[in-house]
Amino acid sequence: MINSAVLALEDGSIFRGKAIGAHGISSGEVVFNTSMTGYQEILTDPSYARQIITLTYPHIGNTGTNAEDNESAKVWASGLVIRDLPMLASNWRNEQTLDDFLKSRNVVAIADIDTRRLTRLLRDKGPLNGCLLTGDALLKMGEDKAIAEARGFPGMQGMDLAKVVSVAKSYQWREGLWDLVEGHREKPMNNPFHVVAYDFGIKTNILRHLAERNCRVTVVPAQTPAHEVLALQPDGVFLSNGPGDPEPCSYAIAAIKEFLDKDMPVFGICLGHQLLALACGAKTIKMKLGHHGANHPVQRIADGVVSITSQNHGFAVDEATLPANLKATHRSLFDGSLQGIERTDKPAFGFQGHPEAGPGPHDITSLFDRFTDLMNARVSR
Amino acid sequence: MPKRSDINSILILGAGPIVIGQACEFDYSGAQACQALREEGYRVILVNSNPATIMTDPAMADATYIEPVTWEIVEKIIAKERPDAILPTMGGQTALNCALDLNRHGVLAKYNVELIGASCEAIDKAENRELFDRAMKSIGLETPAHGLAHNMEEAYAALDKVGFPCIIRPSFTLGGSGGGIAYNKEEFIEICSRGLDLSPTRELLIDESLIGWKEYELEVVRDRKDNCIIVCTIENFDAMGVHTGDSITVAPSQTLTDKEYQILRNAAIAVLREIGVETGGSNVQFGMCPKSGRLVIIEMNPRVSRSSALASKATGFPIARVAAKLAIGYTLDELRNEITGGATPASFEPTIDYVVTKIPRFTFEKFPEANDRITTQMKSVGEVMAIGRTFQESMQKALRGLEVGVSGFDPILDTGLSDAMDILKRELKDAGGERVWYIADAFRQGWSVATVAELTGIDPWFLVQIEDLMHEEARISKMALSQIDRDTLFKIKQKGFSDSRLASLLSVPELEVQKHRHALNVRPVYKRVDTCAAEFATATAYMYSTYEEECEALPSNRRKIMVLGGGPNRIGQGIEFDYCCVHAALAMREDGFETIMVNCNPETVSTDYNISDRLYFEPVTFEDVIEIVELEKPFGVIVQFGGQTPLNLATRLEAAGVPIIGTTADAIDRAEDRERFQQMIQKLGLKQPPNCIVRSLDESIAAAEKISYPLVVRPSYVLGGRSMEIVYNEEELRRYMRNVVKVGNDSPVLLDYFLNAAIEIDVDLVSDGKQVVVGAIMQHIEQAGVHSGDSACSLPPYNLSMEVQDRIREQVTKLAMELGVVGLMNTQLAYQDGEIYVIEVNPRASRTVPFVSKCIGVSLAKVAARCMAGMSLQEQCFIKEIIPKNFAVKEAVFPFNKFPGVDPILGPEMKSTGEVMGVGRTFAEAFAKSQLGAGERLKTGGTVFISVREADKRYVVEVAEKLHKLGFTLIATQGTAAVIAEAGLPVNKVNKVNEGRPHIVDMIKNEQIQLVINTTEGKQAIADSSIIRRTALRHKVTCTTTIAGALAVCEALLFGDNLSVYTIQELHAEL
Repeated sequence: MINSAVLALEDGSIFRGKAIGAHGISSGEVVFNTSMTGYQEILTDPSYARQIITLTYPHIGNTGTNAEDNESAKVWASGLVIRDLPMLASNWRNEQTLDDFLKSRNVVAIADIDTRRLTRLLRDKGPLNGCLLTGDALLKMGEDKAIAEARGFPGMQGMDLAKVVSVAKSYQWREGLWDLVEGHREKPMNNPFHVVAYDFGIKTNILRHLAERNCRVTVVPAQTPAHEVLALQPDGVFLSNGPGDPEPCSYAIAAIKEFLDKDMPVFGICLGHQLLALACGAKTIKMKLGHHGANHPVQRIADGVVSITSQNHGFAVDEATLPANLKATHRSLFDGSLQGIERTDKPAFGFQGHPEAGPGPHDITSLFDRFTDLMNARVSR
Repeated sequence: MPKRSDINSILILGAGPIVIGQACEFDYSGAQACQALREEGYRVILVNSNPATIMTDPAMADATYIEPVTWEIVEKIIAKERPDAILPTMGGQTALNCALDLNRHGVLAKYNVELIGASCEAIDKAENRELFDRAMKSIGLETPAHGLAHNMEEAYAALDKVGFPCIIRPSFTLGGSGGGIAYNKEEFIEICSRGLDLSPTRELLIDESLIGWKEYELEVVRDRKDNCIIVCTIENFDAMGVHTGDSITVAPSQTLTDKEYQILRNAAIAVLREIGVETGGSNVQFGMCPKSGRLVIIEMNPRVSRSSALASKATGFPIARVAAKLAIGYTLDELRNEITGGATPASFEPTIDYVVTKIPRFTFEKFPEANDRITTQMKSVGEVMAIGRTFQESMQKALRGLEVGVSGFDPILDTGLSDAMDILKRELKDAGGERVWYIADAFRQGWSVATVAELTGIDPWFLVQIEDLMHEEARISKMALSQIDRDTLFKIKQKGFSDSRLASLLSVPELEVQKHRHALNVRPVYKRVDTCAAEFATATAYMYSTYEEECEALPSNRRKIMVLGGGPNRIGQGIEFDYCCVHAALAMREDGFETIMVNCNPETVSTDYNISDRLYFEPVTFEDVIEIVELEKPFGVIVQFGGQTPLNLATRLEAAGVPIIGTTADAIDRAEDRERFQQMIQKLGLKQPPNCIVRSLDESIAAAEKISYPLVVRPSYVLGGRSMEIVYNEEELRRYMRNVVKVGNDSPVLLDYFLNAAIEIDVDLVSDGKQVVVGAIMQHIEQAGVHSGDSACSLPPYNLSMEVQDRIREQVTKLAMELGVVGLMNTQLAYQDGEIYVIEVNPRASRTVPFVSKCIGVSLAKVAARCMAGMSLQEQCFIKEIIPKNFAVKEAVFPFNKFPGVDPILGPEMKSTGEVMGVGRTFAEAFAKSQLGAGERLKTGGTVFISVREADKRYVVEVAEKLHKLGFTLIATQGTAAVIAEAGLPVNKVNKVNEGRPHIVDMIKNEQIQLVINTTEGKQAIADSSIIRRTALRHKVTCTTTIAGALAVCEALLFGDNLSVYTIQELHAEL
């Protein structure tokens, strides 16, 4: 039972460990996240679709899982790689151990491997495609097959995953942010803004932040045409985070162009931010080393203020390609990459990191206020 | 924002002597601050009375004052240096209090000096309980409910607010004594009425009890642009109710979800903003209800602290250094994260991929009368930190790094006792310093995690892992070593089991385990501490061992010197040895060696990754050291600087082929083995007090007859005078042999004739094997019989003739040459009636090395390290003893105020935690400053109480006469009064405690006494008079327990308070 799972990488590396969660086979792009808390939020973040997540903190599962901390209805990641699954989950909000959580959601995972060795490998080589093989599947197929599977994975470039993870039908959202005493609760609203949020893989904490700010949200599928959205008479359009390469999402890019033409307030996060940039004529690139963590310093260019932010992206907007009417507003202090943009002539802006946190620091949640400010300005016009 | 150009010079306030709650961490922070400010071009002025610090090295600041950190002295320094600013946040509570005093007395305004790092308003707001409560309320944070009471009526009113159980603390009692926890009304009335009596202000603080709550501490750094980062989050293993300093703590936090953690993070940042900490590091402490997550804020410190030192070592992020840079105007984004070679900025939050465990080290064996339960008042004297990839590994590494005779979770409970289970229950519920081992024993007894959690309040997440380790131990003990295969052994080692613990479980010698392990190629790998969980590459070699696949050590092919550190601080082995290790590393680096440091004490400068080329943060045990040696293959290993810890490993390391440089293990043995030592003394024609080694009671009685009483008795092989006593008659000897010897079992007992009233002398020297240079001769103030570490001493000697000093020089040189010392040697001698006696020779670094180095302007440790690496004294141009023209006095500082009930009398067992140095043109000036530095404010008049033992009566008249001239009223016990009266001095007789009331203790309590001179001998007499000294301590009355000390106090009083301040740079220039 000791070596009941392997993680095989496209470069031929093999990591032998213990199978946890569901048994089976799963391939994806292997990435690491350095956040020490928030594994449940990370697992349920749709942006991780087709990725195998390595968490660098060794003990994962300490606090179990609970119904409140999900960022979407399911686990989209292709697998989980950790150093140690604790023998006990301890937290007053715990409802289900991580192991059971993974099993019940059919997520393949591996523990007891040298995750730091894996992280250093990914840091030096960039994200590698990999295959997780656990339990009986491993016995049947063997390690060589796992490497072949890893090599067979098509990779993320050019992959449109937004439409894969998006919701099928639109729905309304009114639930606010989590509170220690009351948990999540329906937010009473007073003459609210109506926000239409594109679901390219949206995290619920984004919706909660909007609801918290007196926004009635209609979530729509990724491929909803602009005219259908405009027919809902929103005060603003929100573009969500999501997995994969933004470039192939031509449907979204086309829609965003229309919103901009109509001077609709637009706010994009992560993939949504990249789509906004593409709609404005900028280009995106696949990063060698993506950002996945909760400790990333981002500087506001205007005044130098630094925020510690949550990040999760493998693609980025290339600052060199920004058109004249698209201004850089934020940069990463880790690698200088572009983190925020705004239109100089339209009420539209985007942010590469995750101001909604979940997991991560709340330093830059004020971006949501900026969005409501834009909507306010439009209403008063 | 660039650095400030409107200030040019900055005064840094140091923390003064090492005391419980304030240790080496402030040398680490102070040294970082000095470097950080000097490299920016500021003129740095430093004041710190502690000579054993790296920060007071002459090269660390432009002007270094080894002077008392009191506002009066600091005012003199300010008047002389006219600094533009004062940085008060690096020297603990001492420095903050001094800054507030300077402000209160108008000094800051008078000299127009600005406080940087923290303003008086911010310090006040953080420290004043009412202001703090109000501030927290204003940002929506709760503090524990509490009330003040001056009578029972008010106490009941407070009780209504806080409910049961509640914590009652009388104000201003020594060490918080007299308080307690009330679970019911009866207890409440009892504790409150007792507390009102005990409190000098008749005031009680009544607090809501948070016992059993979870405790967290966040290290926050903020810059002037309001950028805030959390450097580290620490979770206490022990629940609330145990002081954080006495708690086992773990980083990062383990049992919080992200949502809960972010509540703490937001609150911590809000606290800094509200308190008004504009720049720098602060720690914020929270309590959290484990059932609801309800959060209360316990306290915050607007300065760097013990926990910020821990956080710096735990993450690799140097908080003090960064805080110093922020204080002069930089912002976080303008500073680089040095551990990644500057690839990333300092404005980020470190993330770690390992688990850090800190365990406090206690010294209750030194204070048998002290209450050894750990509560809300800190009692530990040191700590160990360990890094592992899992909690189990890091915990077990920390346990063996503590060096308390265990190699992991060794059993502690005597299960043969009929009340063993009751003891176990009590030890779990009412924590002592050894609770963690009792927890393991509880699991060995089959107690459930739920039961242990209920009794201890410790989170089951931690407990279940200890339980698992006990299951593992049970499995291992059923195995045979030869049957353990590679996979099994690898998994066992991953859980942190030491070879030594496995050897006990398997009943084989440790080396057998090592052999088997090496044969299976189960070796540790070394991972790097890099602040970023490997996200960015690092060239900094800050490492820890673990059992994993990939090793990142990448040893070089350079010539290397490895220095073994001293592990956790304890009484008898503290900062002085760390100072020596740091100097050795610095010297070797200067000489082109690659330097490797091995140590596990998070407070120290030696574990700053900048001090050596490579830092292994590892327990200093045979197993951990040998693995590093085999990987690094150093040219030489230095064991004689880290105190007894590395020295104890010397023989085994040498046997394992480790190239130990300097004095040979055989020479060390010749000095430590009594018989071989005696042979050497005789061979050299020197004298030692008549002595004998005994192994039984009968033997001891017979030997005592031959040597004659009084006798110094002690077990062999001890440091810091453990269990050392002076016995005056057979009855006392019998008691000693009965009580003490059973503790040491097979170790023999040494009997030495006690040289009563002799002058004791310490000599430090250095030798290259060919030549000897004396570092310094120091004369103790207290006579022989007081442990050298507890005795004040004067450099140069203050009343020892040149002729005697020359004879001493000659004798120690002979000893060093005979032993073939290469490196340092410390000798203790006694001088009595024209004879010099050799008491002890230690061919290693001593506690006085930093003091001597500060006095003579040469780092003895550096000279010695170079000798050990093969450079002669001639080549180093250090060939002649340097004798200072000025005087320096080293005075010891004691933890008695933390241990109510302990007799503050000096004796052969070392009890001091730290030391200060006073410098002066005369002995009197130096002594006066040493007293001030040690926190002793001598009253210049009033009434002195004198009671001396028979042997001191011939000196007491001189003391009495001087005090009379100074205007003191003399009172004395009958015998002493008679002697004084006979000399024609006015003296009143006062009752001893057993002579009826009113007696001396009543007078002290009524504040009628300003000075106590009380010398005594013999177990019974000491016990009888203990109440006098304890009462004096409680009422803050200066109390001296030796006649020589009394004479020195007279000298200091005669000198008056016209003290001048000197920089060590100017003093060195005069040499």
